[in-house]
Amino acid sequence: MAIKNLPVEECMIPGSAACPGCPATMALRIVFKALGKNTIMVVPACCTAVIESLYPNTSFDVPVMNIAFEAAAAGASGVEAALRQQGKGDTTVVAGAGDGGTYDIGIQALSGALERQTNFIYICYNNQIYSNTGIQRSGATPYAAWTTTTVGGKTEFRKEMGEIIQAHHIPYAAQACVSYPEDLYNKLKKAKSIKGPKYLEIMAPCPPGWRFGMEKTVDMGIMAVETGAWALYECENDVVTFNGKSKLILEEKIQRKPIEEWIKQQGRFGHLFKPKKDVTRIKTIEDHTDQIWKRYRKKYL
Amino acid sequence: MTVMIDTGNYIAAKAAVMARPAVVPAYPITPQTTLVEGIANYVKTGEFKGEYICVESEHSAMCACIGASAAGVRTFTGTSSHGLLLMHEMLHWAALARLPIVMCNINRVIGPGWNIWTDENDSISQRDTGWIQFYCSSNQEIFDTVIQSFKLAENKKVLLPVMINYNAFILSHTSMPVYIPEQKEIDDFLQKYKPQWKLDVNNPITFGNIILPVDYEKIRKDMQNSQENAKKLIPEIAKEWKKKFGRYHGDLIEEYKCDGADHILLAMGAIGAESKVSINNLRKEGLKIGLARVRTFRPFPNEEILKLGKQADLIVIDRNISIGSEGALFSEVKASLYGKSDTKVHGFIAGLGGKDVTYNDIETICRKVVEGKAKDCEWYGFEGGGK
Ligand SMILES: Cc1ncc(C[n+]2csc(CCOP(=O)(O)OP(=O)(O)O)c2C)c(N)n1
Ligand code: SF4
Ligand SMILES: [Mg+2]
Repeated sequence: MAIKNLPVEECMIPGSAACPGCPATMALRIVFKALGKNTIMVVPACCTAVIESLYPNTSFDVPVMNIAFEAAAAGASGVEAALRQQGKGDTTVVAGAGDGGTYDIGIQALSGALERQTNFIYICYNNQIYSNTGIQRSGATPYAAWTTTTVGGKTEFRKEMGEIIQAHHIPYAAQACVSYPEDLYNKLKKAKSIKGPKYLEIMAPCPPGWRFGMEKTVDMGIMAVETGAWALYECENDVVTFNGKSKLILEEKIQRKPIEEWIKQQGRFGHLFKPKKDVTRIKTIEDHTDQIWKRYRKKYL
Repeated sequence: MTVMIDTGNYIAAKAAVMARPAVVPAYPITPQTTLVEGIANYVKTGEFKGEYICVESEHSAMCACIGASAAGVRTFTGTSSHGLLLMHEMLHWAALARLPIVMCNINRVIGPGWNIWTDENDSISQRDTGWIQFYCSSNQEIFDTVIQSFKLAENKKVLLPVMINYNAFILSHTSMPVYIPEQKEIDDFLQKYKPQWKLDVNNPITFGNIILPVDYEKIRKDMQNSQENAKKLIPEIAKEWKKKFGRYHGDLIEEYKCDGADHILLAMGAIGAESKVSINNLRKEGLKIGLARVRTFRPFPNEEILKLGKQADLIVIDRNISIGSEGALFSEVKASLYGKSDTKVHGFIAGLGGKDVTYNDIETICRKVVEGKAKDCEWYGFEGGGK
């Protein structure tokens, strides 16, 4: 699907309260284009709950149920069951949560819904922080990144949510990135066509959270993929297929770019470069990334 | 009409299924387990045609109730103690979202130490969530109240969730004969659910987004008005039930031998039922004493209690305590009288941790008050020494 052929309908309508350059808004635009109007969305506490705009207005043109932070997947289970009971099983139920609501506080409800084979699409837009509450760490925050709660840089590595999801053996899971809207669209379309639980995680570089200029969101996502900090893939019935640049990196047809090129453009890693270059921590990040790809090659090639 | 001899939990399961909810999400906890097992069994027999969702926690049970109710169907669940506490955030959410969810809570002690017997601290600590709260004193009352609660919750003048509380083991696991109407009669009484609003792809509305103080305040005021409306509707629905099925458990309170009484005992739940035996015995002794069993803690029966307070001195037994203050019913009874009646009110904390409160105990409490030996507020039968 070429970008010029994406449906012209917009369910992301004017009035959004997002920051300029917001990746979540970019992702949601594509989400709605792919899923269409016969969609009900469940939104936990996260930036999307702000992006929606203020009562009595809304910037979404599908029905939306807001729910508590940890509750997206459980709330969606209820919506989905009720629709089916009313003979409306054809409506797509989508939960749209942040990485905090997915990796941390909401992981229990998510795991439960996946195990129950709830027929819905769970979307995590991953900006690697709690941005709604002002840039605190999450389980998705990478090693050494500054947040307001990891002031000297995070001392742990991020979780591999993708592998946690794969352990649930659901019919469809995928990783995408806002910088590749056609790929995102295609993955959403596929998710919509499959019955049962679907999980889609979207890399979402956040200008105020990562400390880069608002015009650079797309570049920052592309760099995340090209440096191997993020991987694009699909997992259908336990078969994992990498795509885009990630496929080339996996097959070692190209080398991933050094992570340093990506992080040096983000203020959240500023302390690794100023006043003195922190060679040790930068090497730790590179080595860890190599280890991840080694594991991917062992598992998925 | 048939007679079913069964425990409070199985009776509640029967009532829930006869109300025809479309979705029942639930998570087990002693002593609620047989309630949800009962419903799961009706799935197998085909009597329950809705969906039973085996969620992974009580928090998710209430979230799924919220999702299902918002999507336009009747929902039911049950829990107890720690399960109710885990739901706390979502109890507020359900009420603020104005969703007519009906839930049974089996009143059980909170840990530590682990204790599965009965007291009311679990539900009393949810009193500010906006839920209507009933306290039952027999299995028949459980059955009748579950059905009536759907009618109450779904009334557009109410649109608030309802919690039906009953005591662990004393009711949840004790068999009693219960009259069960025919399904058709229940269907006549409780019509098909027509939601006032729902998530609808043909009318895309965003529910629960950011709201400014001026609009939020309106929601709170409307909830308060709705609880006031419930005060009128609870008696109306109870009377309609009585007309149809001949059974009646009282309105917001159930009065028993209050005529001519100079002392009136107030209590909730099973202690309320046990008290009837005590009242009979004390009346035989010549004491002019009556009972007002409080059926609804929310809405609180202020007017009914003021009426009683103008007639008699009041004795309140609480199977709960707001630590640092006093028994919750005791506090609220006094607040109902404030400035309008200077009748004496005596409070007793009894039966915490599931200690038995027998009719003998209740008689002892009443005699102590009538003989002028009671303090304003005391712990009955405390065995720990000290004060
Ligand atoms: C139970 C609970 N704890 C904490 C919060 C505060 N809170 C709201 S949103 C949020 C962070 C959300 O992070 P994420 O899910 O990554 O979404 P983002 O804000 O990044 O879009 C937190 C901590 C809350 N709403 N509820
Ligand atoms: S903080 Fe980031 S994710 Fe949140 S609205 Fe702003 S740009 Fe979007
Ligand atoms: Mg986030």
